[in-house]
Amino acid sequence: MSRARIIESVRRGLGRGELPEQAKAALVARLNGGGNNLIPARSARPHAEQVALFVEMAQGVQASVARVDGGAAVPGAVADYLAQHNLPSDIVMAPDEALDAYPWAARPLLNMRRGKAEDSDQVSITGAEMAFAETGTLMLTSAGARPSTLNFLPETHIVVLRAEQITGAYEEGWKYLRARAGDVATLPRTVNLITGPSRTGDIEQTMQLGAHGPRRLHIIIVGP
Amino acid sequence: MQSTSHDFIARSRAGLADGDLQQALARFQTGFTAKRAEAAARLPEFEALRDEAVEIKNHSLEHLDFYLDYFAAKVEESGGTVHWCVTPEEARQTILEICQAVGARTVTKSKSMIGEEIALNPFLEENNIEPIETDLGEYIVQLAEEYPSHIIAPAVHKTKDQVADLFYRHHKGRGADRRLEGVEELVSEARAMLRQRFIAADVGITGANFLVAETGTTAIVTNEGNGDLTQILPRVHIVLATLEKVVPTLEDMTTILRVLARSATGQEFSTYTTLSTGPKRPGDMDGPDAFHVILLDNGRSRLLGSAYRDILRCIKCGACMNHCPVYGSIGGHAYGWVYPGPVGAVLTPNLIGLKEARHLPNASTFCGRCEAVCPVRIPLPGLMRRLRQEEFDAKLLAPRYRLGLSLWAWFARHPGFYHLAGALGVGLLRLLAARRGRFARLPFAGGWTAGRDMPAPEGGSFHAQWRRGRRV
Repeated sequence: MSRARIIESVRRGLGRGELPEQAKAALVARLNGGGNNLIPARSARPHAEQVALFVEMAQGVQASVARVDGGAAVPGAVADYLAQHNLPSDIVMAPDEALDAYPWAARPLLNMRRGKAEDSDQVSITGAEMAFAETGTLMLTSAGARPSTLNFLPETHIVVLRAEQITGAYEEGWKYLRARAGDVATLPRTVNLITGPSRTGDIEQTMQLGAHGPRRLHIIIVGP
Repeated sequence: MQSTSHDFIARSRAGLADGDLQQALARFQTGFTAKRAEAAARLPEFEALRDEAVEIKNHSLEHLDFYLDYFAAKVEESGGTVHWCVTPEEARQTILEICQAVGARTVTKSKSMIGEEIALNPFLEENNIEPIETDLGEYIVQLAEEYPSHIIAPAVHKTKDQVADLFYRHHKGRGADRRLEGVEELVSEARAMLRQRFIAADVGITGANFLVAETGTTAIVTNEGNGDLTQILPRVHIVLATLEKVVPTLEDMTTILRVLARSATGQEFSTYTTLSTGPKRPGDMDGPDAFHVILLDNGRSRLLGSAYRDILRCIKCGACMNHCPVYGSIGGHAYGWVYPGPVGAVLTPNLIGLKEARHLPNASTFCGRCEAVCPVRIPLPGLMRRLRQEEFDAKLLAPRYRLGLSLWAWFARHPGFYHLAGALGVGLLRLLAARRGRFARLPFAGGWTAGRDMPAPEGGSFHAQWRRGRRV
C-alpha cells in the first residue's frame, strides 16, 4: 500500500520511527491551539480606521467602493452603479437571507433572479462573510444560499458588506469560521478570499482585468 | 516530462540568439524585481515574516509523517478521498481511473507544476481525454505545443505578436476570424474561448499551494479566477500535490501567504486565495460532487534525508528566477525540465539525476541574489556548490575540465608555485603582447576575445604589488 511506503520513506528520511505519543500530543495541541503567528501591525487600529484602510486597499487593486448610511439606500446604490457603467439591470442574486434586509422592491426596474450563476448572467450580487483591512480582501464562503459561481461567472460582481463586517487581519476570519463550526473543525466547502477583480499579466506583463472571473468588483459598504 | 537538461549548453546558446526571446526577457527583468522590492519595503514586518515562514516549513518537514496522516484523515472526514502515490506512473493512473469512472471527455486544468512533472497532458490525450489548460499563460504554451518557461509566468518567453499569431491560427475555426492586436482584445478572446470549455468540462484538476492539516483543506492562489471555475463547475475536483505542501494550521498558511505574492509578483495579496474542503455539502447549489487529493512523493521523501532538504521549503514563488542574471539571459526553456532558474538548478538534478542535469548547478555566477530574495531563505548558491562538488566527485566532468580544476587546485594548495606561475604568466603575456599592449586573439580565450581585445598585464601580479606595499 502506497501510504505505508510513503510514510516509511518519510521516516527513513527523517532518521526516526513513528513519533512517540507525547510528541504527537504536543503537535495536536499546536494544531488545536489556534495560536497566531506574527500579524503585521498595519491593520491593528480603531474600527473606523480599519474601514478606511479597507477602502484604500480595495481601491488600490481596482475594486470600486461605495458607502451608504443604511440598508434602505442599497438598492439605489446598485441601480446607480449599473447605470453609471451602462450595465444591464438583469441581476442574479444569492438567495442569502442576509440580502433580504434591503428593500429591493423599491427599485422595480432591477430585474432580479435568486440562485446560482449561469454563463449568461452579466451581474451578480452577494453578501460577504467578513472583510480584512490588511489588503482590502473580502471573505466569501459557500453554503446552500451562497453559491460560489456568483463570485466568478458574471462580468460584474457586486458585494454588499456591512461596515461592522470589516476587521483587521485574515486571522479574524479563521477564528470566526472555527467558532461557527463548533467542535467540528470543518470549513465550508469553499472559502474565497477575494482581493480586487480578476486579472492577468500573462501577455508581456501587461496587467489586464477580467481574465476569467469578474472584470468589475464593486463593494457597497453599509453603515458608518 | 521528458528532460532535455543534458543539452543545456546548446539550448542556452539558442536562447541567447533568439531575438523574440531576448525582447520578451528584457521586459521581464525589470518588472518583477522592482515590484517585489516595493512590496517588501511597504511591509515593515516582511523580514520577520520570512523568518517565521522558514520555521513553519522546517517544523512541517520535521514532522511530515504526522501532518500527512492528520491531513489525510481530515480530508476523509469531510467526504474527500486521498490517493497516496509514490511515482508519477501511479499518480497518472489514479487520475485516469477517476476520470474514466465518470466517463470524462474533457478536463480543465489550472496551473500545476506537478502536472508538468508527471507529464499528465500527453497521458490523458493518449487515453482520449482532452486536457485544457485554463491559466492564460498555460493556455498559450499549450496552443504553442510548448511547456512553461517560468513557474508563475508560463508564457513569459512569448511576445504579444507571437500570442496574436497563435490565437489567430487556433481560434479561426471557432468564431474568431481576425488577427487581434491589443492585449485587452487577446485576453477577452481567450476568456470567451475558455468559458465554453469550463462549462463543458467533466473533471477539474488544480494544483495546491498548501495542504492544511488542521482542516483537511487544500488552498490555491490565482489572479485570474481560473482555478475557481476549474473546481466549482465540473462534477469532480482533483487536487494534485506533492508531500511537502502540507502545513499545520490556517495561521501557518497565512504567514506564508503574506510573503508569497509579495515575493512572486510584488502584489500585496493574490486576487484569489481559495480554500477547498471536501466535496459540496448537502444543500449547496454548486461545487463538485467528488473531491480527490493526489498526494505524490516522487522523490520528496528521499530528499528529506539528503543534504538538500532545504529545497523542500520552496513555495514556488519564482523570485529566484526573477532575480537570476543567468535565467534573465537565456530564458527558462534552456534548463530543459519543469523547474528553471536557481530552484531548478537544485531540484532538477535531485529529481531526475545529476548525470542528466549536471550543467544546471554550473549555470550560476553565485551572485547570491536568489538566496537574498528567497522568502523561505533556501541557501541556493550553497546547494548548487554542493552539486558541483558531487559532479566532480562522480567524474561527470569532461577530462579537460577535470584536468584544469585539478591543476588549479594543486597550485592553490602550493602558494609558492602559485606565485611563481603567476609571475611567469604575467611576464610571458607582456612579452607576447610586445608593443601593442593587448591581444586580439588568445588561445583558450577565443570566446572572450571574439568580442573585445584582451589587455596585456601591466606591472606585476597582485601578490607582487601587495608585497611591494601597494595597497590601493
